[in-house]
Amino acid sequence: MANKYVGQRIKRTEDPRLIKGLAHYVDDIKLPDTLHVTFVRSVYAHARINGVDTSEALKLPGVVAVYTGKDIADKLGPVPCASALPDLKVPDHRALANDKVYFVGHPIAAIVATDRYAARDAVDLVMVDYDDLPAIIDVEEAAQGGPVIHEAFGDNIAYKLTAGEGDIDAALASADHVLSQRIVHQRLAPIAMEPRGVLARYFPGEEELTVWSSTQIPHLLRTQLALMIGIPENKLRVITPEVGGGFGSKLNVYGEEALLGWIAIQLGKPVKWIETRRENMQATIHGRGQVGYLEIGCKNDGTITGLRYNVFADLGAYHQLLTPAIPTLTGLMLSGAYRIPAIQINVTACFTNKMATDAYRGAGRPEATYVVERGMDLVAAELGIDPAEVRLRNFPAADEFPFHTATGLDYDSGNYQAALAKAKEIIDYPALRAEQQKGRSEGRLIGIGVSTYVEICALGPSQAMPAGGWESATVRIEPTGKVTVMTGASPHGQGQETSFAQIAADELGVDLNDVTVIHGDTAIVQYGIGTFGSRATAVGGTAVLIAIQKLKEKASKIAAHMLQADASKVAFEEGKYSMHAARAAGATEASEPVVPVGEAPAGAIPEPQTEGRTSVTIQDVALAAHLAKELPPDTEPGLSATYFFEPKNFTFPFGTHIAVVEVDRETGDIKFLRYVAVDDCGKVINPLLVDGQIHGGIVQSIGQALFEEVVYDEQGQLITGTLMDYALPKASQVPLMELDRTETPSPVNPLGVKGVGEAGTIGATPAIVGAIVDALAPFGVKHLDMPVKPEAIWRIVNQA
Amino acid sequence: MKKAINLNVNGVPYRHEVEPRVLLVHYLRDLLSLTGTHVGCETSLCGACTVLVDGQAVKSCTMFAVQADECSITTIEGLARNGELHPVQEGFWECHGLQCGYCTPGMIMAGTQLLDRNPQPSAEEIRHGLEGNLCRCTGYQHIVEAVEYAAKKAAS
Repeated sequence: MANKYVGQRIKRTEDPRLIKGLAHYVDDIKLPDTLHVTFVRSVYAHARINGVDTSEALKLPGVVAVYTGKDIADKLGPVPCASALPDLKVPDHRALANDKVYFVGHPIAAIVATDRYAARDAVDLVMVDYDDLPAIIDVEEAAQGGPVIHEAFGDNIAYKLTAGEGDIDAALASADHVLSQRIVHQRLAPIAMEPRGVLARYFPGEEELTVWSSTQIPHLLRTQLALMIGIPENKLRVITPEVGGGFGSKLNVYGEEALLGWIAIQLGKPVKWIETRRENMQATIHGRGQVGYLEIGCKNDGTITGLRYNVFADLGAYHQLLTPAIPTLTGLMLSGAYRIPAIQINVTACFTNKMATDAYRGAGRPEATYVVERGMDLVAAELGIDPAEVRLRNFPAADEFPFHTATGLDYDSGNYQAALAKAKEIIDYPALRAEQQKGRSEGRLIGIGVSTYVEICALGPSQAMPAGGWESATVRIEPTGKVTVMTGASPHGQGQETSFAQIAADELGVDLNDVTVIHGDTAIVQYGIGTFGSRATAVGGTAVLIAIQKLKEKASKIAAHMLQADASKVAFEEGKYSMHAARAAGATEASEPVVPVGEAPAGAIPEPQTEGRTSVTIQDVALAAHLAKELPPDTEPGLSATYFFEPKNFTFPFGTHIAVVEVDRETGDIKFLRYVAVDDCGKVINPLLVDGQIHGGIVQSIGQALFEEVVYDEQGQLITGTLMDYALPKASQVPLMELDRTETPSPVNPLGVKGVGEAGTIGATPAIVGAIVDALAPFGVKHLDMPVKPEAIWRIVNQA
Repeated sequence: MKKAINLNVNGVPYRHEVEPRVLLVHYLRDLLSLTGTHVGCETSLCGACTVLVDGQAVKSCTMFAVQADECSITTIEGLARNGELHPVQEGFWECHGLQCGYCTPGMIMAGTQLLDRNPQPSAEEIRHGLEGNLCRCTGYQHIVEAVEYAAKKAAS
């Protein structure tokens, strides 16, 4: 493959429509006679429903229908959970509540009206008769007892799981020091800037249902909606238009999506629901929500002997698609970047009267990384060894890969020393430590936090995934020579229309602008899995590459036939098939496009002129393949190939982040002095896009470290119900990030890419918290829980 | 009781009868089909709905259409002139100032007004000036570079 585009900072081909305001998100799609849907949602965290009176709402002009849980009870199947764990308790989860509500925001009734204002007015006219029940909010209390949410289960424990390899008791007993720490991963809200939205239309004649949804997984959604609604999958089309961010929150199947499809069938008119931000805070999945107890054992030289993590996972009231699986990912990544002979995780996953937790950017891995990295800092502090040095002493060597961990993984490739060394060099680590010491003597509170993370990406081998871990691509060269790539990965901001076009353009030797990448329409694109788990390029991009290689096998045969040469004598280079001998003889080659744009005579497609030529372009071949007049024997007409790529392993990107902060003694505020990130995501297709992914991830980490927290009060009321109360990082609150890279190709796929979508949210949080703890070390601080607020810091500084 | 309003949007005069409670953002999106202006929070916090009303950046999710009576409005669709991108739009493209693109129209409108007020802002001033606009994808760094690009371009 000629690298004309791959590896270059190519600006995105999807941007013009977005910066002109001409892109179409779900709410921008307008169909005639569309009805608008709103939801009546529970105001209680836990209550029995005695009745729902919809009569007043139905009298309101414009209101067409109101549906309650009873209306759909035997018509719409349960909301699916794809996680299969031993002895997992799976509550019956319906799109609308029936007898009980389990969290604030739990949908009770759906209102359909002719305009969005009437639909909103009618929400206030639905009378719900509740009997308020005591709620269980704290996950550790839920593990002990308290009010039972799903009465049939007898308690609130959804599952317990123990995993890990090695003799953990012996490993901790053999340690010179065993350090313990309670660690909180607060609940977070993903907050894609575009809330969820669904538009559904049913054609009763054709019996075809089309659902437009802001989702990361159009094909998986189609399968699940077909099952829930009870219509044939091949009569259901899911279209994912522009998606305004997901971060895992749209890697799901929600009751609202199925209900809208079902209502469209009932009413025979298009129906649209656009989630409000308040609904989004209440009823779109949350992330994190773990409270755990770490024990880490080490020798006097800093060598880690073992790690145990007993964690309580706050699942919320129901399982969404992957809810129970998230804590298992935490268990998988507890070895971090280190050689740890024995690891054990004990998960107690509990129901609480809150929205479900599920995959939010990182999905279990930020929790693991935070636990391990906080552990390394505790070891460093205990032994008086520099935190960077403690980490270095526990890295596997670069030649030890594939590296087997005590969590049962085989890391594909790595050179953790190189990334750490580069980050230390960029920031001039020794000088920084000296400056910190000098600052301390002057009363300044400067802290340095180091995080050397590993993440698990390119999800993943199908054996380890609930619903297929492969990805698909179809590549077609049209008669005019334009290249169409159809990917089953459904990007939503990652820029795959550009990065996949870069792969295709290089592999085919065509201009980048001649490649169009189509995604997110199940009627057009072959079955695919979707974009999540930093998988799109490593798995989906590889599918594109191999589909093209398949296509070229056929194209080379056609080219040889056109050149009247033996196929072994024809070589492909820069978009052309040419004969070795002819090229060596220096014969001139015709290279004009067969059909110049706008010049094709009406009603006639010119045939490629090949007589006397020593080369043909891939476009020539495409035209010949479609005209099919002179094909080699036993060759199918047309020029397209489809490939489903099944990865043999995950990939394991890694890196070093170093945060430098200064604490303001007067206010407890944090100021970033430096932020350096050296990330290794394997081979890079587009450095510009990779930088963007890292930047965004780090800032979401800053959000978790300093600002963000979904807060429910003791009654289960959501206190952070708007963006006024849930604090997203703003432009003025985040530092300039200094990025660099090392490049260790992955052996798992031929592109050598590893994935980068979640690196920032995984690597950055421990660096930031570590820096704050380091700044406050003179006060004896060893750990702080997130979000680390100025108030907590101020109390430490001013009560000392 | 509907009320007649006259306004100019992207250089085109409009007259409509609207309910007094219709939000400006819904007027633009639903009646004029100018769907480039987005709704992200309904509470003036995220800035996805930012438009220029008589040259001032305004969050159109918390302004009634009737309040814009007799006003001149610029939305993202009206920013490019004669097929030429506005320098701020160009900056967002050149500097990868967007990912999912949802906050982008509001961010570009806010960036445009920022440069109207302060043609050569420092990075810190840009960050401060964009505080009313939230982006969840980019971490803001490329957005700051995009506005710097536009400032530089306008000065050249």
